[in-house]
Amino acid sequence: MEELINIFIKAVFIENMVFAYFLGMCSYLAISKTVETSVGMGGAVIFVLAMTVPINYLLENYVLQEGALVWFDESFKDVDLSFLSFIMFIAVIASMVQLVEMIIEKVSPALYGSLGLFLPLIAVNCAILGSSLFMQERAYTNITEATVFGLGSGFGFFLAIVGLAAIREKIRYSHVPPALRGLGITYIITGLMGIAFMSFMGIKL
Amino acid sequence: MSKDTLFSKKNKKLLTDPLDDNNPITVQVLGICSALAITVQLKPAVVMAVSVLFVLSTANVLVSIMRNLIPSRIRIIVQLVVIASLVILVDQVLKAFVYDVSKELSVFVGLIITNCIIMGRLEAFALGNTPGKAFLDGLGNSFGYGIILIIVAFFRELLGSGTLYGYPVLEKLGVYELGYENNGMMILPPMALITVGILIWIQRARNKKLIESN
Repeated sequence: MEELINIFIKAVFIENMVFAYFLGMCSYLAISKTVETSVGMGGAVIFVLAMTVPINYLLENYVLQEGALVWFDESFKDVDLSFLSFIMFIAVIASMVQLVEMIIEKVSPALYGSLGLFLPLIAVNCAILGSSLFMQERAYTNITEATVFGLGSGFGFFLAIVGLAAIREKIRYSHVPPALRGLGITYIITGLMGIAFMSFMGIKL
Repeated sequence: MSKDTLFSKKNKKLLTDPLDDNNPITVQVLGICSALAITVQLKPAVVMAVSVLFVLSTANVLVSIMRNLIPSRIRIIVQLVVIASLVILVDQVLKAFVYDVSKELSVFVGLIITNCIIMGRLEAFALGNTPGKAFLDGLGNSFGYGIILIIVAFFRELLGSGTLYGYPVLEKLGVYELGYENNGMMILPPMALITVGILIWIQRARNKKLIESN
């Protein structure tokens, strides 16, 4: 249990997807104009990450890794399919996103109204594929750990995008130099937020 | 459709526009994720720029060739498959020839797949234009992307570690003897964002029509 909490805290604060690795930046900058839409986007990212990381974990451990196909037949123990992992992961993500979109549309039209717009964008959000690749690199020992990691990094993204949106709503009322308005100041704010988040880095869990 | 020569004015615009007026990073907000993470040093930035150049121009041509065959409902998956196969190629080549750089880039080679600059250009340009034009568009945009990458990496490496492409410039110039110290801050990830922010500031101060209302 303690191990799981550590993974979660680490994924949210210390290894925050946005501030430590710059993943998911495109949607992070594009959809942070108001708090309301950013909450929608953040929620959708948490949801998709919590689904795709465990699925990709299973794929990685039972299909792609060297010797992972032993459960199927002994003679496959030398087969190493890991060069296929990019294409497999992205296929899982794209089809999961499509699936989630269809399910939400059927089950809860209200939720679809608020999330629907963001779902297609998520397929190309680097935070999603990035989490799967980090999961592969760090070799988590079981599927619970992988799921918690997925949830954690989704939550980290949520925190970052909602925080930025709140600041951007406020900054509309201040005097920013004309050439820095919009994108420029947003970059600098994100940089400063990143510096703030770096204070978590020294924490050893 | 009128047939224009390869270097007509319109085609030249495809190449030069993304360098400044329509730069993918500072104006279109595409491809930022990878741009920021690998700009601590020049070498990975150059490798990344070349990889994106290859993937973007090839993917643009391939998708443009297939543009009338792809049903629009599943176009995203088709595009991702094209991109992913090209990226696998790049990844294997990097692993074979420049292993240390490929280690340094770690997951970011894989992330070219979800680099929005590629999806964005495929969606916005390749799906509606002929292969020749799509190729030029791919070239232009990856140059625009590469230029920003290299400028940012140049300043971060020079100020952060005092080297350029691994060569100790500042040490050879004798700047350290004057009491200069490397600015460790430049190596930290957030400074990449602030450097790009300042670049945007400079660009928009020169180019007034890019200024946003809010």
